Amino acid sequence: MTAADNLELFARMARIRAFERKVQALFKAGTLPGFVHLYIGEEAVGVGACSVLTEADKITSTHRGHGHLLAKGADPKLMMAELLGRETGYCKGKGGSMHIVDYSLGILGANGIVGGGLPIATGSGMADRILGRDQVTVCFFGDGASNQGVLHEALNLSAIWSLPVIFLCENNHYTEWMRTEEITAGEIADRAEAFGIPGVQVDGNDVLAVRDAAAEAVERARAGGGPSLIEAETYRHHGHNEGEEVFSGPYRPQEEIDEWIARDPLARFRDECVKEGIATPAEFEQIQEREGDLIEAAYRYAEASPMPAPASALADLYAEAE
Amino acid sequence: MTETLAKDTYMTTAIAGALRAAMAADESVVVLGEDVELSTIGCTKGLVEEFGADRVRNSPISEATVVGACVGAAASGLRPVMDLMFSSFFYVAMDQVANQAARLRYMSGGQVDLPLVYFAGTGPSGSAAAQHSENPHPILMHLAGIKVVFPSSPGDAAGLLIASVEDPNPVVFLLDLMLAGAKGPVPTDLEPLPLGKAEVKRSGEDVTVVAIASAAGTALEVAAELEEDGVSVEVIDPRTLSPFDWDAVTDSVARTGRLVVVDPARRTCGAAAEIIARVAERNWADLKSRPRRVTWEDVPIPFSPVLEEAVTVRKDSVRDAVLAGVEEKGAG
Ligand SMILES: Cc1ncc(C[n+]2csc(CCOP(=O)(O)OP(=O)(O)O)c2C)c(N)n1
Ligand SMILES: [Mg+2]
Repeated sequence: MTAADNLELFARMARIRAFERKVQALFKAGTLPGFVHLYIGEEAVGVGACSVLTEADKITSTHRGHGHLLAKGADPKLMMAELLGRETGYCKGKGGSMHIVDYSLGILGANGIVGGGLPIATGSGMADRILGRDQVTVCFFGDGASNQGVLHEALNLSAIWSLPVIFLCENNHYTEWMRTEEITAGEIADRAEAFGIPGVQVDGNDVLAVRDAAAEAVERARAGGGPSLIEAETYRHHGHNEGEEVFSGPYRPQEEIDEWIARDPLARFRDECVKEGIATPAEFEQIQEREGDLIEAAYRYAEASPMPAPASALADLYAEAE
Repeated sequence: MTETLAKDTYMTTAIAGALRAAMAADESVVVLGEDVELSTIGCTKGLVEEFGADRVRNSPISEATVVGACVGAAASGLRPVMDLMFSSFFYVAMDQVANQAARLRYMSGGQVDLPLVYFAGTGPSGSAAAQHSENPHPILMHLAGIKVVFPSSPGDAAGLLIASVEDPNPVVFLLDLMLAGAKGPVPTDLEPLPLGKAEVKRSGEDVTVVAIASAAGTALEVAAELEEDGVSVEVIDPRTLSPFDWDAVTDSVARTGRLVVVDPARRTCGAAAEIIARVAERNWADLKSRPRRVTWEDVPIPFSPVLEEAVTVRKDSVRDAVLAGVEEKGAG
């Protein structure tokens, strides 16, 4: 890892943070339609994992997907336009926050169905295996999703066919407003053992630790060694979705929130880098400013974009046969 | 069954009140689902405090198993009420709905009662997009073996919920999310409203409008506007789609000779298709004009507000359909 590599990791986390802050502000101002689930606090997971992927590698994402997509290289302009329901958005306004896709970047899709990406990632790995490509697929899913039956089916299928899939559980300890511990038996990483595949737990707020764990699993998958399960422990600083407070009331202890904010993945990584002389605090500030500007530009682009024509609602249902 | 509810009650509060009454009346009623303790939609709010964690259970995200567990529990002495949150999540559990809940009584030659309720918020609620906006009532109606309740007002919802819990069969109880913030009167003494009974929400002579769930309100607005133009519209709310009160519709069409169905679902094989087919079979000689339907377009619900509006039921489409039916010459 060179100094530039480290700064690259930080910059990508800063991009996600800036994107989400903008989205938060837009939601608060009432200008953002639909549901929004913010990734603030979890940036190290998406960025650490995607930092070891090539452009040809693939990911499946979740309802809390903005960070995964930006980590995989998605264009903030097209994402912002999609969130605002514009014609220029990634999905021409048909998808919104929970359904952004960019097949050209290997982003097989965010998903509104919890657990929906698990079988899709499995199939992606199957295609790569059968077609003899050395690509891998990272399947992001939540601790809540770990209780869907499809996780067990996907682990089994990937194991018996030795598929190049990395199942990456972002354990932020909550399933909506429920503490996941109270509705989940055992440790999620331990489920790997039942299928005879490697399973590890990693500090999800440590971008280098996530990167190392992902690198090992990716290397194994590329070499034909089959799937792995990684459980990254992290926390969302925000609510499950923006605007929930009116309905949920407080459901997480304030000390717990404070404790996790003190372990913020961006601040922590920056401080470590400064301590090791990789860069100065001023350089980190510059990066944050640059990424902030990028997101403001993305917003201006989105805002200036037209709404889709109503008739376009009827397009894109079927492909034309060739 | 006594339960005091305010005169101007939210739909969600009415359902929660009815659920509370049903739980108080029968100890075998249990409530389960994701976040039923804090209650995302609000229809299970306060139940855990009143009835305890044994009868009100937060469940993990395991729809297939929880939906199926209701079947096993209902066959074994409980009356489970499961909150699925969004009706789109039925699709995650479709085997247990279609192959199990809707089949076990019939396949066993009537050996088993399955008193259970699947509750879900449903339909477009404002840019929730394609995986959180379904209205699966046509699919459920087609299954046979499962009842489908889809009310349009807090008062109806409360009475129908009590009847759903008391019913010895699997019932899907849908809350149109467009109505989650709607208010209305609810009787202070909650009585079950029979499943399979429509209600004439407004009497009229020129045209029958059958309108499902939130579409009933839209139809009533149109009816009030058209009265000024001298058109008399009868609005019928089926309230339950399975079983369906066919007589209410055919009796009305026998008088008016005209039919418009407003169904918040895709056009192909929607509830409107079935209602029009039945009327064609029974009322052919009564019809003065072609039956018409106002539905969604045959696409998934898109995200962008302009696109969502373009494919769902709009008031102006309802008005146009009613006028077209009234003005049509030559038929009948
Ligand atoms: C099949 C399905 N069930 C329920 C939901 C509603 N829902 C959306 S997100 C969520 C919690 C997901 O928890 P987790 O997987 O831990 O992800 P997190 O939100 O914590 O990132 C639930 C229950 C859904 N979208 N899909
Ligand atoms: Mg979680």
